[in-house]
Amino acid sequence: MCWKKALAIAVIFILCIFQAGCSGGFHDRNESAGQEGAANDYIVVGFSQLGAESDWRNENTESMKSSFTEENGYTLIFEDGQQKQANQIRAIRMFIQQEVDYIVLAPVMETGWDTVLQEAKDAGIPVIIVDRKVDVSDEGLFTCWVGSDFELEGKKAAEWLNQYATEKGIESGDIHVVNIQGTKGSSAQIGRTKGLADAARANGWDLMAEVIGDFTRAKGKEVVESLLKQYNNINVVYCENDNEAFGAIEAIEEAGRKAGSNIAGGEIMVISFDGVNEEAIQYMLDGKIICIAECNPLHGPRVQAIIELLEKGGTPEKWQYVDEEIYSVDETVKRLTIEGADYEVTILRQKDKK
Amino acid sequence: MASSNKTPKASGGLGSKMKNITDTNLLLTITVVVFFAMYIGAMVFQGKGFLKPQTFFNILNAQAALIITACGMSLVMITGSIDISVGGVVALVSMCCAVYLDFHNGNVFMAVLISLLIGLAFGAVQGFLVAYLDIQPFIVSLAGMFFARGMTTIVNTNPFNVQNEAFVALKETRVIVPGFGSVNKLGKYVNAYVEIGVIVAILIVILLFFVLRWTKLGRGFYAVGGNSQSALMLGINVKRTKFFAHLICGLLAGIGGFVYFMHVGSGSASHASGMEMNAIASSIIGGTMLTGGVGNIIGTFFGVLSLSTIQNIVSSAGLDDAWWTGITIAAMLCLFLVIQSVVMARKKRALRSNLE
Repeated sequence: MCWKKALAIAVIFILCIFQAGCSGGFHDRNESAGQEGAANDYIVVGFSQLGAESDWRNENTESMKSSFTEENGYTLIFEDGQQKQANQIRAIRMFIQQEVDYIVLAPVMETGWDTVLQEAKDAGIPVIIVDRKVDVSDEGLFTCWVGSDFELEGKKAAEWLNQYATEKGIESGDIHVVNIQGTKGSSAQIGRTKGLADAARANGWDLMAEVIGDFTRAKGKEVVESLLKQYNNINVVYCENDNEAFGAIEAIEEAGRKAGSNIAGGEIMVISFDGVNEEAIQYMLDGKIICIAECNPLHGPRVQAIIELLEKGGTPEKWQYVDEEIYSVDETVKRLTIEGADYEVTILRQKDKK
Repeated sequence: MASSNKTPKASGGLGSKMKNITDTNLLLTITVVVFFAMYIGAMVFQGKGFLKPQTFFNILNAQAALIITACGMSLVMITGSIDISVGGVVALVSMCCAVYLDFHNGNVFMAVLISLLIGLAFGAVQGFLVAYLDIQPFIVSLAGMFFARGMTTIVNTNPFNVQNEAFVALKETRVIVPGFGSVNKLGKYVNAYVEIGVIVAILIVILLFFVLRWTKLGRGFYAVGGNSQSALMLGINVKRTKFFAHLICGLLAGIGGFVYFMHVGSGSASHASGMEMNAIASSIIGGTMLTGGVGNIIGTFFGVLSLSTIQNIVSSAGLDDAWWTGITIAAMLCLFLVIQSVVMARKKRALRSNLE
């Protein structure tokens, strides 16, 4: 039986190393956390991000991380929910147990947050929702919401297409559009889908299909590939984010078609959302993505301002929309009017690269 | 825990069986020790959150469904089989229950019944294919997984939350654990609680523990998994035993599905994705061997706890990416697999020296 003891000792030894490794690595951080507990000058923010599925999301995460730094007087506990609500609920419960000062939540879906937000409220921790909205019975469960007006984004893109078609004299019945949707049930998907569907109904476009692309390049490519096989008269691909658009363009080019603005000449027009990174802008400058409705991911400074306001005892505005633009490489449409409001179209040219 | 680790008397005097039970207990001891070492380490080094009992109960609340499905998984793994459809079944069950409760205004008891039936159906079909038609369990349950995931989207594509009043009341029911409360930030005393699912999970763990240890069927599982040839010679109905293992695993996946549904309160096609892998990982950490014949339900229970404790440690340590959790779990799995292979090597050597 002596081997058993040896094994037990070995296990304990390995564990010690494991623990030592952990504690060593985390030591500095914990020490500062301890000091902060004593001096109470760091504000602890728990941020539950829903995942890392797109470039937009990564920019959003980066924006938060660069706002809530120790230099700015914050300690950020970041939790990636990996697209699962259960993970996010677990993370929020953990934040509550750790008694963070503020919880920032980027919810993966709109419903199902009542219980856990109530728990946060009972624990006296303000919750700031970013990006997607939450659908709760009592809006007092969260302090405020910061994000984009996704439906407006959808409307902008659709209105751009409408004016483009009018200017170019394209019959509305000749617009054969497919919608590559984002993750089903997310606010961005719901808003952008509604924006297009409403416009298609109002203008009499042929909305051929709405398929889920999950906001990813791979899925976007896959679905566009099969759509191109299924229908040969597609001339507009409406992608609910840039990553899907990259995939769509790949699929279009592999199918021997060309992505561009000349619908009458057999090109397929790609319309997209977000416009957060160099790659998307480059695609636009190359004339592959024709129109991008911007979705501003830089929520960090906004949330930081809200927290500073709350620290001073102020009450932030409940719904805070970030300002967003619409970009195009095509000069046909210069100005959009949606429900009485005017939106300037930012025309991108090679020289004024963003 | 140590008291339960004494080697039980080898009833029937079957040498190999006694050896198996010894291994089972050794692996169990390691699991339990690792778990406590980790948790206590977290309390010492990370403090704050971990010092509150509710953190522990939150782990139970969040993982009750995984505990149940992992128990089923351990069972089939003990018989030397595997079932990777459990995650799919959980998703299907929660979607069916959600649709039934909200769109058809159903009652909760029927929903429970539906969960059990779905679970049993999966268990029965897969068990039949594996045990009687002798098809590879991995392939069978892979098909089962795709089928369950596909059916989930057919039942309903959009994720949604259930509003059914009776169900919401059940979901929000909390069992207060006396004496474990803590004072929160506002200086208010908050009672510690667990959800109903946790009670179900613990009952299932206890029940299965007894079945495996003290019933003929339970010992049959070990015998079949250890060596189906000799089990056959001992007069055990190998096919039926395998069938039962899959049936029970399916049933537990059904129950786990309802418990999961009770925890999240919504139906979604992406629910419980990767749960089967977590169940397998928990079983292995809990000392169940993929080769069969060795395993323990209590170990599985601690395996699940270890997995989520790692998650909590990694995230409260401020290691940003969720991938760190995956990496630590991988490291832990490696550790356990190494220990297991050492155990097996020792056993083989011991057997050989016995023969000589």
